[in-house]
Amino acid sequence: MPSSDGPLLEAVGLHRSFGAARVLRGVDLRLLPGDVVAVVGPNGAGKTTLLRLLAGLTRPTRGEVRVLGVPLEPGAPESRRPLGFVSDHSLLYDDLTILENLAFSARLYGLHDPVGVARRALAEVDLAARAGDRPRALSRGMLQRASIARALLHGPRVLLLDEPFTGLDAPSAERLRRLVGAWSAEGRATVIVTHQLIEAWELATRVAVLADGRWALEERRAGDLASFLPRYHGLIHA
Amino acid sequence: MLEPVRLALVVAAKDIRAELRSKTALLSALVFAALVLVIFNFARDPTALAATDLAPSALWVTFAFAAMVAMNRAFTVEREHGALDALLLAPVPRGALFWGKLLANLAFVAAVEAVALPLFVLFFNVDLGGALPGIIGTAALATVGFVAVGTIFGAMAVRTRFAELMLPVLLLPFMVPPLVGAVQVTARLLAARPLSEMLGWLRLLALYDVVFLTLCTLAFRAVVDE
Amino acid sequence: MTSSLEHQAASHAPLSLDAARRVIRRGFAITAIALLGVAATYVVAIGFTPVEAHQGLAQKIFYVHVPAAWGALMAFSLVGIVSALYLWLADPRLDLFAAASAEVGVAFSAVMLTTGPIWAKPIWGTWWTWDARLTLTLFLFFLFVGYLALRAALHDPQERARFSAVVGIMGLLLVPFIHLSVYLFRTLHPQPVVLKPSAPSLPWEMLRTLLFSTAAFTLLYVGFVTVRYGLALAAEAKALRDAG
Repeated sequence: MPSSDGPLLEAVGLHRSFGAARVLRGVDLRLLPGDVVAVVGPNGAGKTTLLRLLAGLTRPTRGEVRVLGVPLEPGAPESRRPLGFVSDHSLLYDDLTILENLAFSARLYGLHDPVGVARRALAEVDLAARAGDRPRALSRGMLQRASIARALLHGPRVLLLDEPFTGLDAPSAERLRRLVGAWSAEGRATVIVTHQLIEAWELATRVAVLADGRWALEERRAGDLASFLPRYHGLIHA
Repeated sequence: MLEPVRLALVVAAKDIRAELRSKTALLSALVFAALVLVIFNFARDPTALAATDLAPSALWVTFAFAAMVAMNRAFTVEREHGALDALLLAPVPRGALFWGKLLANLAFVAAVEAVALPLFVLFFNVDLGGALPGIIGTAALATVGFVAVGTIFGAMAVRTRFAELMLPVLLLPFMVPPLVGAVQVTARLLAARPLSEMLGWLRLLALYDVVFLTLCTLAFRAVVDE
Repeated sequence: MTSSLEHQAASHAPLSLDAARRVIRRGFAITAIALLGVAATYVVAIGFTPVEAHQGLAQKIFYVHVPAAWGALMAFSLVGIVSALYLWLADPRLDLFAAASAEVGVAFSAVMLTTGPIWAKPIWGTWWTWDARLTLTLFLFFLFVGYLALRAALHDPQERARFSAVVGIMGLLLVPFIHLSVYLFRTLHPQPVVLKPSAPSLPWEMLRTLLFSTAAFTLLYVGFVTVRYGLALAAEAKALRDAG
């Protein structure tokens, strides 16, 4: 039974190995409504692996992820429903229009009036005019908006974003920041994996540095960037 | 409608719609089938071997290889932009996902067979007699079996570098019982033999379908869940 | 070489290089005994077993051919069974064992498929016959090759283990269908030449030699698989140790 009070997502003792490579060595995470957690760190630290574990796309070698109190398991499809995932890939099909792509997603989630829902979602990210276009016709910024619209369709409580700022121009990045801010105000939780600390700093309620498969540093945004930066650089250039 | 069934149909509908747009896999498979039939026709000596001896084998070899061309697309499209992640993230049971892909594959292979069969009748001057319903039924029975195996192997092959080579290497041994059965029954149907001569093979086909449809549905989650 | 043993590290005994080396040594010992057994088989087959009346000396290959086929079938059955166990228990050692069995099995089937024609030619005048045993072994050979090709093409150890396991189980379930197909084919298509690779009732001396040979080959299978498995364990242990 999903519980509506308590953390939206709780990850306990996550380990993940790929063969001899131990990518994650004991990671905990707790997401409360309104949280925006920026996960930063050097390449190879395990950030994308962590995000995929939180999304249920990979199973941990050890540890557990609970979403709204329910353990996340491949065999329990409904446990995944509160999650939304935006990857650096578009997750869209080339041969369908973005409207059809979103309508397909709506049908997968069992939403009523899938085409209507898809249209509204595209309108919310200002893509209504391009609804009949194929993904190939869209710019990177527009593709990302379409991906975000797809992720939001089913009203997820937890959003997981992998390197969302990559390749975005300034207006698109600003639009993304506003969106994340709105989600936080709505009581959703967001995890943003990024290596662009500056971009994420403004948004985040918490910044956590993942290094060598573990949390190396965590900071509530009460601190200021100037004092955080030296410690951060010390870690990633260590 | 049961939710897993609805979800399977949603996935299948998406695949069919996407393929009808691009048509690449379908057209490749159709052209392939036509060419193979032409080659078979030129390769035989019409005086030495009666068409009806060679014909069922030619038909089924054509179906088998064209089917592999068609089935390759099932998971390569999911790999292109990571779309499989979205399918795995949604609250879709893995069995429903498998059946969606299976139904789409069946639709494509059936389309290829529906075009190849008339070509076959034409090129080989085959007198169908009253055999057509029987041939269609046999085709359905045999196709379901090897498409089920082809769907799950397609999901595995797409993770390797040369998916188009890996799929046939894995799949061909599994195609032998349905193909042999189909050829035997087709030959007898064309020769208007009594049903009793075909029952053994038909039972083989049916049993194969049941066993492998079940096994592949259950095993799919081991392939697709990391 | 990457290790696949981390993934259930918590629930299984830690792997040591020494334990792996013990397995290898045991494997070599068994193989040595088995090879002696195989050599003894040759001696017995050539020196102490009567020559078959119709087929002559060439028939003696039978004492290698039949056990090799049996070895291939046994190897494949184990691949299937151990694969099923792997999917149930998730112990990566089961995956390593299945792979070892497949490698030994492909060798045994290759032996069987080459001795078959060598035997068939002088006796029946053809290199190949589609009898049940040869056909089945041919299929096992293709299934082994497919299994090993898939393993070679996958780099993530867990993915490789999962996919191989599915192919192993499916392959094992295919075997009865191959058998059934051959049976149906033969009952409806009686062969023009009566092929009897093994007479239904062998004289005692021949049966004795055959059983002895089968035991030697079975032991050889056990020896080879043990060595191969031990080598795989050792490689994993080393990779784990190096990774720290």
